Amino acid sequence: MRSGTVSDLLFGAVARGAALLTLALLLGIILSLIIGAWPAIERYGLGFLTHNAWDPVQEDFGGMVMIYGTLATSGIALLIAVPVSFGIALFLTELAPAWLKRPLGTAVELLAAVPSIVYGMWGLMVFGPVLARYVQQPLQAWLGGTPVFGALVSGPPVGIGILSAGIILSIMIIPFIASVMRDVFEVTPPLLKESAYGLGATTWEVIWKIVLPYTRAGVLGGIMLGLGRALGETMAVTFVIGNMNQLRSSSLFEAANSITSALANEFAEAAPGMHQAALIYLGLILFLITFVVLVFSRLLLLRLQKNEGKRA
Amino acid sequence: MQIRRQRFFRAASLVACIATVGSAEVWAQADVTGAGASFPAPLYTKWAAEYHKATGHRINYQSVGSSAGLKQIEARTVDFGASDAPLTDAALREKGLIQFPTVIGGIVPIVNLKGVAPGALKLDGQVLGDIYLGKITHWNDPAIAAMNPGLSLPSTAIAVIRRADGSGTSFGFTHYLSRVNAEWKTKVGEGTSVNWPVGVGGKGNEGVAAFVGRLPDSIGYVEYAYAEKNKMAHVQLKNSAGHFVQPSEASFKAAAAGADWKKSFYQILTNQPGNESWPITSATFIMMHKAQEKPLQAAATLDFFAWAYKNGDKLAQELDYVPMPQEVKTIILQAWQEIQDTSGKPVRKP
Repeated sequence: MRSGTVSDLLFGAVARGAALLTLALLLGIILSLIIGAWPAIERYGLGFLTHNAWDPVQEDFGGMVMIYGTLATSGIALLIAVPVSFGIALFLTELAPAWLKRPLGTAVELLAAVPSIVYGMWGLMVFGPVLARYVQQPLQAWLGGTPVFGALVSGPPVGIGILSAGIILSIMIIPFIASVMRDVFEVTPPLLKESAYGLGATTWEVIWKIVLPYTRAGVLGGIMLGLGRALGETMAVTFVIGNMNQLRSSSLFEAANSITSALANEFAEAAPGMHQAALIYLGLILFLITFVVLVFSRLLLLRLQKNEGKRA
Repeated sequence: MQIRRQRFFRAASLVACIATVGSAEVWAQADVTGAGASFPAPLYTKWAAEYHKATGHRINYQSVGSSAGLKQIEARTVDFGASDAPLTDAALREKGLIQFPTVIGGIVPIVNLKGVAPGALKLDGQVLGDIYLGKITHWNDPAIAAMNPGLSLPSTAIAVIRRADGSGTSFGFTHYLSRVNAEWKTKVGEGTSVNWPVGVGGKGNEGVAAFVGRLPDSIGYVEYAYAEKNKMAHVQLKNSAGHFVQPSEASFKAAAAGADWKKSFYQILTNQPGNESWPITSATFIMMHKAQEKPLQAAATLDFFAWAYKNGDKLAQELDYVPMPQEVKTIILQAWQEIQDTSGKPVRKP
């Protein structure tokens, strides 16, 4: 039995080591980001967040455009992906005939396996032109003169910009959100659902009042997973966002840039010094944004759970 | 536990022994490694493969970008660094480096205009700069029309396309615009990435080529090889001698020949003198340390480039790079005498 104790101890130590290593890695990454970004932090401080400039020649840097681009594209992606994923998950768990469930579920999951560069190429070659021709140009013709909406659709009609990036991102995160939602919907106890149906509830009421409250944590987790992916996605975004480091209008069709895309494009050729520090600072900001999203979702969950206790 | 561990170590050391013996037999000389610019990467890789076939020596080239390559050579983690932008003589002295050009490439503006054949549209640096500044916004602008009396140009807006990623191509292009357009020089300047006043950024030469290819009324700039491969409509440019020239191997070579390589290898071949010179030409460079602690390694590196200068021209041309003129190669081989071991002896005999 002695060797059993030893191996147990060893196993425990290895497991603990692995967990601690993750923590050490995380701290190491944060630390090296801060060190790398220090020249930029020292020079711009928090003003970097709202400084609208990116001029590698004059060495004047600000992260506003990239931060805006990252948040706007991810926001658009969630706006589209959450309802669609909800529909997919709902259909798959409640409405689809049994023979369709499996193939359709697999198809959705397969979408997640498409490499992001493929989405990028497709977005650039196929989707962008379609968006320009059949959406942007008609919209511009229709809304051209109106004050607010006109500004939203202005810009060069190339089908490249915030909106295209957001839509491509939404396609990329739908499989993630949808499969998590489907999985959690499936664990709702049939007893609850059937009782509700027995009381004469409609499918909509069952979903809205039984399934969704029961699976809230999982659904929120799925959305956050999707948001995390959208915030961090690089390749597909860089192809379709236009990579413009200036913000000239609030148009959805305006070319902009995202944090990840700026990093991917400029890091390799960035001269050591302020340019590189500014890029690393952007990386640090992205890290913080993801962190805040995570914390926010945790807090939201906590509050939801607390309310649950009160109601009971 | 103990025994098992010992056994493991014994096996591991045996494997390590076999590996070292094996490699020592096959490769008497350590592999040469280099890192840097992505523009010449296809060529260096091709050269390395042929060199391996011819001599059995291995050259590893990592295409990590010019400034990353520079960082690596400064830290001596590689045997040579490669960059599209040359270092000034002062910077070279300070870092103890020597640089030499390997091949020449041309940067070519391309357009997508209905009814305008490749090479038909004429532009000069002033107009090209104004287009990229956003000052000339339509194709039928009088400044463009004046240079192209025979062409019927549309009244549509110009869609400006440029590189999104930091690149030597952008460096060459913005360097040229800075030389020929005063406003560009003060407002934007030159660099691998700059603060572009207008336009949409495509990733890589292929990204720009794709944008221009499918976007009507657009203008972009790519390496000559991409324009050729994708059959894009290039433009004629007015060179410093006042002649309109077509991009071609001959016009790139003419630009390189006009530079004074004897004086310094710091030559940026934009807006060079000469009736035939293509105005946006650029060379790509190799950087090495002057003082070599591992002279054999440095000699092996130079052997490779000597082989490439001697046997690599055809390979370069196949990939649409332009080889250095012969007289420049001679100057380069002489300059290698400055690469010396710790006792001050050149590492490679000419």
